[in-house]
Amino acid sequence: MQSDAIKKLIALREVGTGLLLIGVVLAALAKNPHFLDPKNLNSILLWIPLLVVVGMGQMLVILTRGIDVSVGSTMGVAGIVVGMLFRDHPGLNIFLGAGIGIAIGCLLGAINGGLIAWAKVPPIIATLGTLSAYRGLAFIVCKGEQIDSNNIPESLTDWTLKGPISISGITFSWLMVWASVVAIIVAYFLKSSRTGRDIYALGSHPEAARLRGIPVPKVTFLVYSVCGALAGLAGVLYASRYGFVNPGTAGQGFELTVIAAVVIGGTNVLGGSGTVLGVLLGCVLLGTINVALAVLGIDAAWQMLVYGLVILIALTVDSYLQRFLRKMDVRN
Amino acid sequence: MRKLLGRTELVPAGLLVLAFIAGAMQSKYFLDVRYLLDSSTLYVETGLLAIGMTFVIISGNIDLSVASMTALVACVSAKLMASGWSMPAGCAAGLGLGLVLGGFNGIMVAKVKLPSFVVTLATMAVYRGIAQVLLGAESVKLPTSFIGLDMQHLPGHIPVPLVVLLTVALILAIVLHRSLFGRWVIALGTNEEASYYAGLPTSTVKISVFCLSGLLAAVAALMMNSRLGVARFDDARGLELDAITAVVLGGASIFGGKGTMLGTVLALFLVAVIRIGMGVANVKAEYQLAVIGTLLVIAILAGNLSSKMTAKR
Repeated sequence: MQSDAIKKLIALREVGTGLLLIGVVLAALAKNPHFLDPKNLNSILLWIPLLVVVGMGQMLVILTRGIDVSVGSTMGVAGIVVGMLFRDHPGLNIFLGAGIGIAIGCLLGAINGGLIAWAKVPPIIATLGTLSAYRGLAFIVCKGEQIDSNNIPESLTDWTLKGPISISGITFSWLMVWASVVAIIVAYFLKSSRTGRDIYALGSHPEAARLRGIPVPKVTFLVYSVCGALAGLAGVLYASRYGFVNPGTAGQGFELTVIAAVVIGGTNVLGGSGTVLGVLLGCVLLGTINVALAVLGIDAAWQMLVYGLVILIALTVDSYLQRFLRKMDVRN
Repeated sequence: MRKLLGRTELVPAGLLVLAFIAGAMQSKYFLDVRYLLDSSTLYVETGLLAIGMTFVIISGNIDLSVASMTALVACVSAKLMASGWSMPAGCAAGLGLGLVLGGFNGIMVAKVKLPSFVVTLATMAVYRGIAQVLLGAESVKLPTSFIGLDMQHLPGHIPVPLVVLLTVALILAIVLHRSLFGRWVIALGTNEEASYYAGLPTSTVKISVFCLSGLLAAVAALMMNSRLGVARFDDARGLELDAITAVVLGGASIFGGKGTMLGTVLALFLVAVIRIGMGVANVKAEYQLAVIGTLLVIAILAGNLSSKMTAKR
């Protein structure tokens, strides 16, 4: 009975996010009939991949009742280091560069994971501390110098500009391909692997999970390491997308956008429920909102307010939906 | 003697002495008492936030939105005063707004039953977002009569803001350690369920704690306006980190139920001395941020370790 209720809740939330997406598109179209022009669609499609890559990691973390607010700074460090490598070794293979980005992110994520899993530091405090520490690290590594566009290899920026599929002016870029690969792997991992199921169990009831023999600290550590690794990959994708990396602005504040995408996509902040499909919808929604704001001529000043409101609304709706379902359960 | 040695405030107090010695070795200007006293006015706002945060953290919650509340109240009260409101009316409106913003956090936590870290993470964006929408990139000038509280001194070159901070700390120390409300806050942080079954008004205590945090953020906003003379939406950016660091360094348990006002105040001076010292040594802002962030993590690690050791004994 209960799992039925949870399935219903998840389906309901995804439909809700979908409807919201349609609502945003219709509202934007009403104001500006050219909203769905190829140019705007392309910019939405460019917005989504970074969100998806970081969002998948953030989702894993939130599923375990945690949070990682350091992802933006991790992106910054990985972007800067890989950018410096490209600057100093122009012939570097871009896939090797991406691999190094992932490794750096994984290391930074593992520090978070270690602090949270074994030193028992609450996730918000650990990652709030590393949010500042990693941002400082980004400055220290490059001595405050920005990586300019002439240092980013053309083959890397081609990930953004070109893609395997291009239909009537709309490009499905390589960035989207990599993001899809990440999403598919995470979806498969969550659904079919033992550890994937452990993550849900851990988030649903940490104490019960421990008593069932789930290695709670190991799973926690893994989740933050993966989250960091994906943020590291996103740092490299950032370099491709924007063509430069600044230690102060690369990924700065991105944690807020990502958390908004993950929670509006139906991932419960109390842990234990959320799907890859929901988060993907959340990322598409936030990407669309972002481009819609720009197309409708709404000042960029509204961005932060909108993200915050999105999180608040998602949280409140989830909280009441869950209470409602619990009542239904009791009645049955 | 043993009781004295067991006190958690000993750690920030000892570190404070160390920081003083390190600072004095960095620069001969550091131990200039007038310079230190004048610099202290820069950290009074952080201090007010930390005092509110002490209550929030002891109650088992966290308030990430304090700096954003400060920014929003600063912008709104500056705008009101610039549009002709009298000084007392503008201040009262600012304080009222602080209460409302804090109260909203409290209701989301107590009534909608959401974890405080996500609620205040969201309102951190929402409150600063509102300030940004209100002012955009412009800055609002305050009436000249309102500017310059930080330049006022009591005899002995003691800046008025420092007196305000210490008075607030003293009053709220009495509230925390000697009043029924203070006992409730500590009880709530120690065991929420037990407090509820013991008949404590847990929701009311939670909402009050967040209201207090909002109110103190508003006081900080007014003092910041008076010090800077202009209000901008990005005022007080990142101050929540310093405030939380001070509270945790002061020996408050991040899991709630434990902490003292004296500890917070000592740790606050520690954070201020470290910041002033780094300023004297020309350490860049981003590096300072990294140092404070690392300090926060280390403080918690040390706290966890010491409570583990006491538990074993």
